[in-house]
Amino acid sequence: MESLAPRILFWFFAALMLGSALIVVHGRNLVHSAFALLATFFSAAVFYAFLGADFLAGAQVLIYVGGILILLLFGVMLTNRIFDVNLRTETFQVAPSALVAAGVFGMLTLLILKTPWRQVSLVEEGPTTEKIGSLLVTTYLLPFEIASVLLLVALLGAAMLVRRRSDL
Amino acid sequence: MIPLEYYLIVSAALFSLGLYGLLTRKNAINVLMSVELIFNAANINLVAFSRFVGGNLEGQVFALFVIAIAACEAAVALAIVMSLFRHLKSVSLEGASALKG
Repeated sequence: MESLAPRILFWFFAALMLGSALIVVHGRNLVHSAFALLATFFSAAVFYAFLGADFLAGAQVLIYVGGILILLLFGVMLTNRIFDVNLRTETFQVAPSALVAAGVFGMLTLLILKTPWRQVSLVEEGPTTEKIGSLLVTTYLLPFEIASVLLLVALLGAAMLVRRRSDL
Repeated sequence: MIPLEYYLIVSAALFSLGLYGLLTRKNAINVLMSVELIFNAANINLVAFSRFVGGNLEGQVFALFVIAIAACEAAVALAIVMSLFRHLKSVSLEGASALKG
């Protein structure tokens, strides 16, 4: 009988992730949604750590929490009046969307449980940073370079899009 | 060890929540947050398959690229939201019905 602690931790973080995701999609306050997203991202990082992906867990915290979430908060603050304490946000067509989402979840769950996954038994443990690093500069060198060009293009494009007309 | 199916079901639930937010939200920034939820669900799937089915690190490298693309997407989408806000004085997607600025 294996120990119970990993299971309890897994379900705790699964509940945290799904609960905060529910606040993200159903909360009335935009800033509350943004902070609930923080909990979701952290729980996803914990999941990566569970799965033995230590580098990815670190990257998740650094890029998602430190980058994308801050960017979204900037978006919230720049597009709403900051002194407006309750940044309200609306929902519409709730019932059909809930039906669609529940249907998708039901079908995915059925698919997951019915499929006989071909699982490998031997999994190498240990730090992954070095292996991912060497994969990135050998097998995945071209996608890596394309990703860096894409980041540059996104940087220039975003700067151009938000530029005021008078700067042209 | 937690079986593969549990990870997949949690990620399917996260994906469905993101889809629900994508369909119901009026605020453009909230729609972006829902898209990020869907990205995270896909990433959890990739890492879980990388560990349980593939047995190597390919899925993790893929997830790393997904994170990089998500950063690009967030930056460009927020820039579009900004210029939308400048034109329409709101970020409600109902007002954004014309492509011409």
